[in-house]
Amino acid sequence: MAALWPVPLLISQSLWACLALTLPDGYPEPHNGPPTAGFNYSHVDPSVDLPRALRVFSLDYHHVQAPFEIVLWIMLASLAKLGFHWSGRVPAIVPESCVLIMVGLLVGGVIYGVRHSAPPTLSADAFFLFLLPPIVLDAGYFLPGRLFFENLGTILWYAVLGTLWNVLGIGLSLYGVCLLAPSSLGDISLLHCLLFGSLIAAVDPVAVLSVFQEMHVNEQLHILVFGESLLNDAVTVVLYKLFESFLRLPSVTGLDVLVGGCRVVVVGLGGLFVGLFFGLVAALTSRFTFRAQVIAPLFVFLYSYLSYLTSEMLHFSGIVAIVTCAVTMKQYVEANVSERSNTSIQYFLKMWSSVSETLIFIFLGVSTIQDIHMWSWPFVCSTLLLCLVWRATGVLLLTAVVNKLRRNAVTFRDQFIIAYGGLRGAICFSLVFLIDDFPKKRLFITTTIVVILFTVFVQGMTIKPLVELLDVKRKKRALPTVSEEIHSRLLDHLLSGIEDVVGYWGQHYWKDRFEQFNKKYLRRFLIGEHHQTHSSILRVYQEVERREQQGVEETPPVVDAHSSSRPLLPEEMDSIRRILSRNLQNFNNKQMPAYSRHTLHQDLTTDKTRKPLHRHQSLTERCTYHTITYCPQRADGEFSKSCRGRARLSRSHTVCSASPRWSERPDSLVPAALNHTQPSYPGPAEEEQDSPQRRTQIERATKKQLSFILENEKPL
Amino acid sequence: MGSRASTLLREEEIEEIKKETGFSHSQITRLYSRFTSLDKGENGFLGRIIKIPESPMCRRVVVSFREDQVNFKGFMRTLAHFRPIEDNEKNKNPPTSEPLNSRTNKLLFAFRLYDLDRDDKISRDELLQVLRMMVGVNISDDQLGSIADRTIQEADTNGDNCISFQEFIKVLEKVDVEQKMSIRFLH
Repeated sequence: MAALWPVPLLISQSLWACLALTLPDGYPEPHNGPPTAGFNYSHVDPSVDLPRALRVFSLDYHHVQAPFEIVLWIMLASLAKLGFHWSGRVPAIVPESCVLIMVGLLVGGVIYGVRHSAPPTLSADAFFLFLLPPIVLDAGYFLPGRLFFENLGTILWYAVLGTLWNVLGIGLSLYGVCLLAPSSLGDISLLHCLLFGSLIAAVDPVAVLSVFQEMHVNEQLHILVFGESLLNDAVTVVLYKLFESFLRLPSVTGLDVLVGGCRVVVVGLGGLFVGLFFGLVAALTSRFTFRAQVIAPLFVFLYSYLSYLTSEMLHFSGIVAIVTCAVTMKQYVEANVSERSNTSIQYFLKMWSSVSETLIFIFLGVSTIQDIHMWSWPFVCSTLLLCLVWRATGVLLLTAVVNKLRRNAVTFRDQFIIAYGGLRGAICFSLVFLIDDFPKKRLFITTTIVVILFTVFVQGMTIKPLVELLDVKRKKRALPTVSEEIHSRLLDHLLSGIEDVVGYWGQHYWKDRFEQFNKKYLRRFLIGEHHQTHSSILRVYQEVERREQQGVEETPPVVDAHSSSRPLLPEEMDSIRRILSRNLQNFNNKQMPAYSRHTLHQDLTTDKTRKPLHRHQSLTERCTYHTITYCPQRADGEFSKSCRGRARLSRSHTVCSASPRWSERPDSLVPAALNHTQPSYPGPAEEEQDSPQRRTQIERATKKQLSFILENEKPL
Repeated sequence: MGSRASTLLREEEIEEIKKETGFSHSQITRLYSRFTSLDKGENGFLGRIIKIPESPMCRRVVVSFREDQVNFKGFMRTLAHFRPIEDNEKNKNPPTSEPLNSRTNKLLFAFRLYDLDRDDKISRDELLQVLRMMVGVNISDDQLGSIADRTIQEADTNGDNCISFQEFIKVLEKVDVEQKMSIRFLH
């Protein structure tokens, strides 16, 4: 562990930071909720001790106290995060969230020890208004749109029905437990149990994201779990508020329950529409920012935050609103603003969400150290057990039903991950603090903390080894041979094409309809004119570039092509595999690594492709060279710090009719390239000029027989 | 078969297709309406290049079928390859030949994608053409050549530097072809 030397440095800085935080007497952390101690400006004001005498040096802490403390907390969080990444083998075993909670516990303990009173807790307001939105915005902005919408049905199924199942199951069973132990738990009513169930059943997007990204699950699985955790916010919030208001009512009638049901729909849809509205307004605004490009990113953040606040104000689901807003405005904003602005937007999003997440976990740790715990063995243990059991059964049942309707079935391994990966996090924590006071509230708080810690630590740490255990069977299979890869890829292409021919309704029909509407109206309205003409070429290149995986850093060794019968050396074999894995076009590939919190390389292709586009004048009869810098993407999704080397990928796109035989020049056009790059010449107007050209191409390329070429559209 | 006048599908045709391909009645009618929607000029057959009308970003699928023009039966025959293989295929009378969506026939379909000149062998050139289409512009011809060589090498057992159908089957024995080449057709 040679790289450990910065760790003591960081630790000492952190300790210094938290000691500094303990200094001010009795003044609770500024963004605390109901501050019990008020402003405790001491009567001693050091700077005015000696009136009229000039001081060379004076200390006025109170003047800067509030921002100073906030900055110290953020600094502590970030240093802890840095330290985590420098600490050798720890990241492999312990997920980041666990380490951060431990740091929080440490800091909380230190503060408690020094001050002998409870350390500042995470107030619900601060959490919901300041810490949660950046994370959700980041998640929404980088949401793989196409995958999300393809799986939307399943995601909604899990989110709505699964959450309902969990809530009712946990609530009712807990009530049963309370009935069984009337001595200690007798005063917990059914409604309280249901209320508790509603807040504990919710899977938390923050926790899920932070654990999953170290697990390198495939895209589809990731989007299922993540989408579910985002969308179940609507259900959770509604149920929570519903039960809370039931608690305040003298009696609950059937009508109230029905009203509650309607509220779920209203909350979800309301959030959706608010998000849509703000997303469109943001897109429209971004159209006019080309004269003041520096503030363009600001609009993205402002509008998203506004959508969140507005929907919170209307008691809609803020998370749904902000995600919708981000998804809506993304494509238009990206087309409208400059590349630098785009990069800024993305970096700021990552940065803020990172800081938020770290702060949340640290505060979780700190808030655990409190005076107000109440422990009850049966309650806590049964809650833990019930959470696991109900989630597992829920997932199994729901998947059994939904698999009949899906094309890519959710395998058992995936189901296990979904069930086991249902981590609870800070949302439950904040919600439990918001409950109206009643005798057993402290029990609820303690139980929630235990459940959160358990899921994050135990489930978070063990999920990776368990998954690897499950994968052992699959790993025994040898690496697929080159033939297998190639032929499989061909079959994928084929299938996509046939699906197109069949017009595979249900999955693509509405999407296609939307795309038409999008193209005809929305894009015209929301994207500035001078961007429009480029945007189509942009899309061409975005599509092609996106489908090409990152280029090589240096040109791979040229393999002697003439020998066809000698067995290939291992290094040649490796280079072939590398080429294939990077260059074979992936369609509906479930095995690609998923969205990563810490790096941008998933979207790097779409960003970087924009550079050459402005250099490219036309696609006809010209050979243009582009140098595009990529961050080579590692299959295991390592951090981008290791990928910062510049890779050169030079290509040329020539559109001129060439014979199907590729010429000797490596950069010449080949029919396939023609077919791949040409295609999405947008607009029906150009179809006619396309087809004859391609028709001749095709006639030359294929004599009579089946040749299959697919031009795919830009995935959302 | 496919006369200009028959824009409507007759019952006996449906029965024929049903027997040959194994689709159900409703699937056939549904696919027929799809066929007619693709068939712009109402010719009763599809041209070599099919333009999918709804595809917004000019997604175009070029699937050339066996003949230059494809009538509905040929269309159905091709699509029949993509029916998922069901465990219990209930057939009143056992089919004389293998159903079109059996694994062998699916593989034959895929084989014919490569084998352009229909000599029942995939030569190096044919392989290279298909590879080039799939791989895009980033790879030089030399590299592609070596990949093609490797592919042939892995498959070729009788040393003729071409892949025959049997060798093709053998190479893909571990790949889940049934799942890869199946579309869940709506009923």
